[in-house]
Amino acid sequence: MRIVYFAWVRERIGRAEEELDLPDAVRSVDDVIDFLVARGEDYAHAFSARKSIRAALDKAHVHSTALIAGARELAFFPPMTGG
Amino acid sequence: MVEACPITISVAPGDFDVAADVAALSKGRLDIGAIASFVGLCRDEQGQLSALELEHYPGMAEAELSRIAADATQRWPLMGIVIRHRYGVMQPGERIVAVICAASHRGAALAATDFIMDFLKSRAPFWKKEHKSQGCAQDWVDAREADAAALKRWHEGGVGQK
Repeated sequence: MRIVYFAWVRERIGRAEEELDLPDAVRSVDDVIDFLVARGEDYAHAFSARKSIRAALDKAHVHSTALIAGARELAFFPPMTGG
Repeated sequence: MVEACPITISVAPGDFDVAADVAALSKGRLDIGAIASFVGLCRDEQGQLSALELEHYPGMAEAELSRIAADATQRWPLMGIVIRHRYGVMQPGERIVAVICAASHRGAALAATDFIMDFLKSRAPFWKKEHKSQGCAQDWVDAREADAAALKRWHEGGVGQK
């Protein structure tokens, strides 16, 4: 699955995107966050304020409980500040 | 047949021409009685900002703005919507965003413009980073509670009708 990051989430992780083979047990957005946090300090730092991180599946907002099955792209980013 | 509510969405680095958009919305249509517009500028409150950098999520930014515009057409009898949002590096005083709504009457045009801006600020994937004039400090702008609270009033009954 393609994972993309924006703003300070991107900066903390140190990359804008990556392609990951996720284990079958990783089913929801929350599961993906748990999987990422276990990968290293940069991820743990990026998701330390976990409640404020927003997610999108295939470019549409989702709650962290959403299932990722069938989606091609998962995005993580901070609360939006456009306008 | 005239399209009921043509919608223009633009996410691009360059500046835009609000007067041209206003003129284009009503061109060839005599049923439009009101056009409301909002223009957001890059603000420097204390002379400390050297530049504002706007990051966006390509593809989702356009998709989310389209969803917000479509929601507005469900609430008000609109006759045209233009939403333009820039990204990249901007100087204080430059235009960042424009929302323009056309309708028969001002109530719908003004309310829809307000509605679109409220949802744009909290749901369109853009992020501002401030570059300060002193030193090389850079800071991501925090989301405002007031922006999230502004959405709630649209969820309460009675706002907007078709």
